[in-house]
Amino acid sequence: MTALAEQTGIWLDLYAKQAPGPEWVRAMREAGFARFAELGFPTTHDEEWRFTNVSRIARTAFRAGATEVTLRAPKGVEQLGRELEIGEMRAHPDGLRNGFEALNMAFTDRVTFLRVPRGAVIEQPIEIGYNVDEADAAVHPRTVIAVEENAQCSIVETYTGAGRYLTNAVTEIAAGAGAVVDHYKVQREGAEAFHIAALRAQLGRSANFSTTSISLGGALVRNDVIAVLSEGTEATLNGLYLANGTQHVDNHTEIDHAKPHGTSHEMYKGILDGKSSAVFNGRILVRKDAQKTDSKQTNKNLVLSDEAVIDTKPELQIFADDVRCTHGATIGQLDAESLFYLQSRGIGKHDARNLLTYAFAQDIIDRIKIQALRESLERGLFEKFHESPR
Amino acid sequence: MSLLEIKNLHATVAGREILKGLDLTVNAGEVHAIMGPNGSGKSTLAQVLAGRELYAVTEGSVSYDGKDLLEMSPEDRAREGIFLAFQYPVEIPGVSNQYFLKAALNQMRKHRGLPELDAMDFLDLIRGKIEMMKMESSLLNRAVNTGFSGGEKKRNEIFQMAVLEPRLAVLDETDSGLDIDALKLVAHGVNSLRSPERSMIVVTHYQRLLDYIVPDFVHVLAEGRIVRSGGKELALELERSGYAGMGIVDEEETVGKV
Repeated sequence: MTALAEQTGIWLDLYAKQAPGPEWVRAMREAGFARFAELGFPTTHDEEWRFTNVSRIARTAFRAGATEVTLRAPKGVEQLGRELEIGEMRAHPDGLRNGFEALNMAFTDRVTFLRVPRGAVIEQPIEIGYNVDEADAAVHPRTVIAVEENAQCSIVETYTGAGRYLTNAVTEIAAGAGAVVDHYKVQREGAEAFHIAALRAQLGRSANFSTTSISLGGALVRNDVIAVLSEGTEATLNGLYLANGTQHVDNHTEIDHAKPHGTSHEMYKGILDGKSSAVFNGRILVRKDAQKTDSKQTNKNLVLSDEAVIDTKPELQIFADDVRCTHGATIGQLDAESLFYLQSRGIGKHDARNLLTYAFAQDIIDRIKIQALRESLERGLFEKFHESPR
Repeated sequence: MSLLEIKNLHATVAGREILKGLDLTVNAGEVHAIMGPNGSGKSTLAQVLAGRELYAVTEGSVSYDGKDLLEMSPEDRAREGIFLAFQYPVEIPGVSNQYFLKAALNQMRKHRGLPELDAMDFLDLIRGKIEMMKMESSLLNRAVNTGFSGGEKKRNEIFQMAVLEPRLAVLDETDSGLDIDALKLVAHGVNSLRSPERSMIVVTHYQRLLDYIVPDFVHVLAEGRIVRSGGKELALELERSGYAGMGIVDEEETVGKV
């Protein structure tokens, strides 16, 4: 039996044992599994997965698991779930880019499907929590949010859990023309967890979209963010990843400027300690039509130990001629002069290191518009950096 | 017993010897000016006193308040009352000036067995000092030195000194880059901190600062050694004759003539 067939075998078993669902669910599952059988798990021979080896996931005999979903949808947000409605949103199987996305579709179960109607302004954040506490469980949460024309909302997705398990999440956001959407994903998975997540954002004309990815937990983490912009769309992609021990965190982003006058800002910051490793790959695609695109990408990494490794790569593909695109990546250690300055004011070396590390992360936290989330992350970071022994 | 006693100090950076047998004694309450051309070792002396690891002390001794200063970490030196006003204050994005200074002050207080101050007590304590330095109080909420003008940075150094109340302040070219108004303001701050218990070492290239901060002693540093010492009139003599008039090579002036 080939390796691919072997992998498929384990998942085929789980796939076949799923509780039967309505016809549309069965159709999605079938299409998803067929695609998975075709693609298998990515390997390090795939350019997109060169630095992220998922063989640990492929080798694990997962059990079917369930994720606890906590949903807080403020008044004005509609929760949907019927075939007709989901039909408009669901991705075509050909668009599934890798085995994980295919598996997510093959295990379609409960979909968190929300709609923010045209013109609605939702002040309170929509909060969606996914939690796993079954050992060896594989869960495939799927979130679909349609924010209609000129509507406004903020969304906080939180992933948590304990023990060894796989979260294989797909989130789709469609923002209509003129919609304003601030999306946050807080990944606080357990230390042994595998976390694979894709966010696809389809952004309408003059929509204003931001997403912030905060990656704190997990043993092996891969985040894909794909944002497709229309004319005059403004997109902001921010990220903060903290890795310690043997954690591996991979952030792949793709900003697709399909139409003219789009603006994108991207700022990802990482802090690596211990023997951790991280990947940042930022693709910016400016299509032929996308004149007057203004795009700025920055990736900054703070490496606190000699053994941590970061691979950072900008990937600019520009087919229009009247655009402004800048990118920059830095990898550095704590600044010796700053450390000395703090010490010279009586602040001990350990505290000074923590303070500077915290300050590095603060930059991303400060951009979070939801005060409660900002404060909870601030507290979390503060505790992490003030208690971690070094 | 003198507060600071430097004997035959030799220090190197990247294998190059900068200080070549420097001697200096500072008693409580005294203000010493150290003058010298660029490259004479003025800033190295300031950094060595504050404990910068970049500089290696290869010979000699420094005793501070009867203790071996060279054995102490930079933070312990600060807690024992040494303060360095940086020639180039460091920008620290993401750390607010207020948080930074409160953390520093509380470290000092802890070291002295005093209770730590909360935010309100801290604000009460610094209010008058902000006024003395004519600082915009908004500077407190901004990140340390980040986006400050040159004058604001130097004022911020002296403001920190006013809050931390050191026993030995080392001012490293605090006058550099200041216009005359900013210079007067900084000098006023420094003068108001003069006391019989507080000693200062004022490092400068130019005599101008010493019109406003009048020292008790002036030392001329050249090639890593103090070559002349005297009262405040030595600074005036230097002003008239220049370093060259004393037979001292000033790298800056030499470059100017080429």
